[in-house]
Amino acid sequence: MELIQFAQRNYSILLRALSEHVQMVLIALILSVALAGMLTILAMFFKPIGKFLIYLSSIIYSIPSIALFALMIPLPGLGLGRATAITVLVLYNQFILLRNFITGLNGVDHAIIEAAAGMGMKPTQIILKVRVPLSIKSIFVGIRLALISTIAIAIIASFIGAGGIGLLVTIGLETNNNNRIIWGVILSVGLGIVANAILVFIEKRIKR
Amino acid sequence: MIESSIVAIEYKNVYKKFEGANYNAVSDVNLSIYEGEFITILGSSGSGKTTLLKMTNRLYDPDAGDIILFGENIRDVDAVLVRRRIGYAIQQVGLLPHMTIAQNIAIVPKLLKWDKERIDNRVRELLTLVGLDSDEFLKRYPHQLSGGQQQRVGLARALAVDPKIMLLDEPFGAIDAINRLHLQDELKRLHSGLKKTFLFVTHDINEALKLGTRVIIMNEGQVCQFDTPKNIIKNPADGFVKALINSHREQEKLWEGLI
Repeated sequence: MELIQFAQRNYSILLRALSEHVQMVLIALILSVALAGMLTILAMFFKPIGKFLIYLSSIIYSIPSIALFALMIPLPGLGLGRATAITVLVLYNQFILLRNFITGLNGVDHAIIEAAAGMGMKPTQIILKVRVPLSIKSIFVGIRLALISTIAIAIIASFIGAGGIGLLVTIGLETNNNNRIIWGVILSVGLGIVANAILVFIEKRIKR
Repeated sequence: MIESSIVAIEYKNVYKKFEGANYNAVSDVNLSIYEGEFITILGSSGSGKTTLLKMTNRLYDPDAGDIILFGENIRDVDAVLVRRRIGYAIQQVGLLPHMTIAQNIAIVPKLLKWDKERIDNRVRELLTLVGLDSDEFLKRYPHQLSGGQQQRVGLARALAVDPKIMLLDEPFGAIDAINRLHLQDELKRLHSGLKKTFLFVTHDINEALKLGTRVIIMNEGQVCQFDTPKNIIKNPADGFVKALINSHREQEKLWEGLI
């Protein structure tokens, strides 16, 4: 009851936190997929680059997020705020996305690739018209995992002033306000569930 | 048997060695194939027959020697362009599983930027040519077809832009015996009506002798004999060819014993 009353009194705060969070997550996800996509195409042409990128991104992924946020602040053009948060989120996502994209694209049956080449498809055509459609499942798994992880890690971003749902939790902790903390958790989990459901739906539509 | 005096495919001192191997996959191959011939390449696995075929459309490049198609050294032509001029059919896995039958057949015409109407007409014409009802099959996906039907689609796709040369890499390898005989007959019929040069790789001696106007027999990267089926049976060139023919005779004896 108390929770609902809290929400009724503070719905504008909750809504703002949610919309900030959704924006941050969406921007980070779009940039992440674009970057990972380009790196994956690069990796298709130069095999060793793919291995190196997966290795490098795995190291970044193993840095605690709160430390990485802190490390980014002094970099020129970043500082406190959303830009730094998004940069970190994009960096984290590279491991999840690259691993799924590259292993997916490399996993396509070699005989199919050779048949496509034998018909006279160019290397880029083979990637876009054969490899990508045939590894769409792996690509989508990567995007889904990245989305869920971004929603969670973005909570921490409130520590560097990026706003979002995390702010509810941090202020809740500072002011010893359990209602805020619990609403932070509810919104975060709810957002994760809804986002996952939307992607599963899109995935099914694409796969016919 | 030789239908024309125009040389369609010429191999000159062709060698190929794969990285890490200590023997030549293809060793000093010299052959002239005339336009309109149906050439079968017979050999066991590792004989170099598929390697020779794949060098013909530049899926592999030879380490030494030249391959000349209608007077043009393919070393001097962009690999992608060489491939678009040549029909290429392999076992059914070669159909792209995410595309419909119509889309599969249309791949090369689309690469060559044919307009939509021309492609649609050609796809229907080709399906009819390989004995499939176009209305029934156009929108299906490869996995919804039987092995024999997929193979017909593979042939239609290879024929799509009317190439002068067709490379067929064990196209009937995964087809049951009865359907295989049907497909062989139809391929023979197709060839006789088309005036194209066929190069057909197989490890089945029956298939090689039945389909080939001339047969290339390969062993350990080298050509043992290149002659008409009759001459091969009459005068085997070396011990390997003799052994190959004898192994088949042994099988026949088994049949006679059973009847």
